[in-house]
Formats: sequence, structure tokens, C-alpha cells
Amino acid sequence: MKLRDMVQGIRADVLYGEELLDSIDIEYAYGADLMSDVLAFARPGSLLLTGLTNIQIIRTAQMLDIPAVVFVRGKKPQEAAVKLASQIKMPVLLCQMSMFETCGILFAKGVLPCHIPDRGV
Amino acid sequence: MFEAPYVEEYSVQAGDFTAIGEASTKFRATLKMLGIPSEIVRRAAVVAYEAEMNALIHAGGGTLSMTVTPDHLEIRAADRGPGIPDIALAMQEGYSTASDEIRELGFGAGMGLPNIERNSDTMVIDTEVGAGTVLMATIRFSAAENQKSGEGRQAAEQ
Repeated sequence: MKLRDMVQGIRADVLYGEELLDSIDIEYAYGADLMSDVLAFARPGSLLLTGLTNIQIIRTAQMLDIPAVVFVRGKKPQEAAVKLASQIKMPVLLCQMSMFETCGILFAKGVLPCHIPDRGV
Repeated sequence: MFEAPYVEEYSVQAGDFTAIGEASTKFRATLKMLGIPSEIVRRAAVVAYEAEMNALIHAGGGTLSMTVTPDHLEIRAADRGPGIPDIALAMQEGYSTASDEIRELGFGAGMGLPNIERNSDTMVIDTEVGAGTVLMATIRFSAAENQKSGEGRQAAEQ
């Protein structure tokens, strides 16, 4: 799914990267406030959803080749985080909904979890 | 690609936790520049990032180095911190002695060392209480030999 379609689906505001939305395709997503778990379990190329706002969110995403980050619960990332994201051309999206609702909408639209053990993924 | 080992080293200093990951980011950029496959780059970046974080969180800093040869790369993190009294305990997922400040950043969940091991082909920890810790992780480039990451990730989910 194009990132632009996801943005519309969750009614997100684009804090950075409007011009990149059509060039990014996303198949999987990982939602967590624990970057330790993101590093351990998120799939490269997946979308990251989180309620944390510090610069390490962007660094963690960068290490895993995560193409974009959604900040949920109306959280706004810190200035240093947005600055780094713009340097590495990583779209920053803001969503007012809860993590649960945001993930639910994306799941209903066909975005997959990073790991589905019983399907061998 | 290249013949002689390529070595890159950084000193990581405590104090500013927002700087965590700067050295690992440079390693990642170097590996991409060298044309290393993206899956290897991702694994190396995760190993370096976790090791860099450990050195800063637990030892107040240290030295992070990366050696790239034609068939493998090594990431070495050395510090003069308190050492690890019980490595088996430190390797347990969920065990952590990280501060609240680190936990507020989203880390310190006790996943660091297991995650380094999961993303490496070999991991060796040499530690002495009161003297410091040296962690050495190796990632091989051969497709036949670097299956460990995928298997480890699946095992961790089950």
C-alpha cells in the first residue's frame, strides 16, 4: 500500500516528507513504545508506529531500514528527531488516534504484522 | 571490492544520551558505501547500535570499532566499566540494569545482548568485574553461513 493511502486512512498530518509519500510502498507495520522490541522484531521496510518522541526513534528506524514513522496519540516528535528524519528523508506522520485504533485501521486495510508464526512469515 | 581489512573506530562518550547511535550510523553508512548487501548492513547496524548503547548506558562510554574483510565483518565494543558479574543472567531476555532515563527513551528492556547474539554469527564477551567488558561480534557475508539471524528471530517469537 502506498504510504499516501495509509496517511489518508488514519487521517494523519504530514510533519515532514509530503513529497515522498507516493514513492514508498508498505506491506508490514510494527507498533511499539519499546525500541528494544522494535530492534529485535520489526521487519526491514515496515512502518513504525510509536508514542515516544525522542531522536532515538528515528535512529532506531534508520538502523532497520524503516521508511517512515507514525507518531500516535497526538504526540509530536522532538525537534531533533524531526531534523534527523528530514536529513535522512524519512517521512514523519502525526496521528491523533490511539495506537490501538491506528493499528486497527491499517490492519483492516490489509497491512500485515511483521511476524505471523502460524503462517510461516 | 577490496582486499585489505578496512577498520573504522570511534570513541563514544557518556553524558548526552541523544548522541547514542551516531557511531553506529557512521558504520552503517560505510557498509552501504562499500556495497555490502542490505541484510548484512541491517544486522551490523543493529549489533553496533545495541553495543554502542550498552557501552554508554552501563560503562559511561568506550570504544566502538568495525573491521570489514572480504568475507566477514567484526564489531568490537570495549569499555572500562563495571563489568558483567553474571553473563548468563545478562543474556536473559528481559533482564536489565538500565536507568529510568534510558527506559524513558524506549530502551533498557533487557533485549540488547540477546539481540546482538541473534544478529551475529558469533558473539564473544570478555568481561571482568571492576575492569571492563569487551564484546566482539562477527557477521559473515556468505549466504550459506549467515542464516542464523532469520532462525533466531523465528525462535524468539515462539
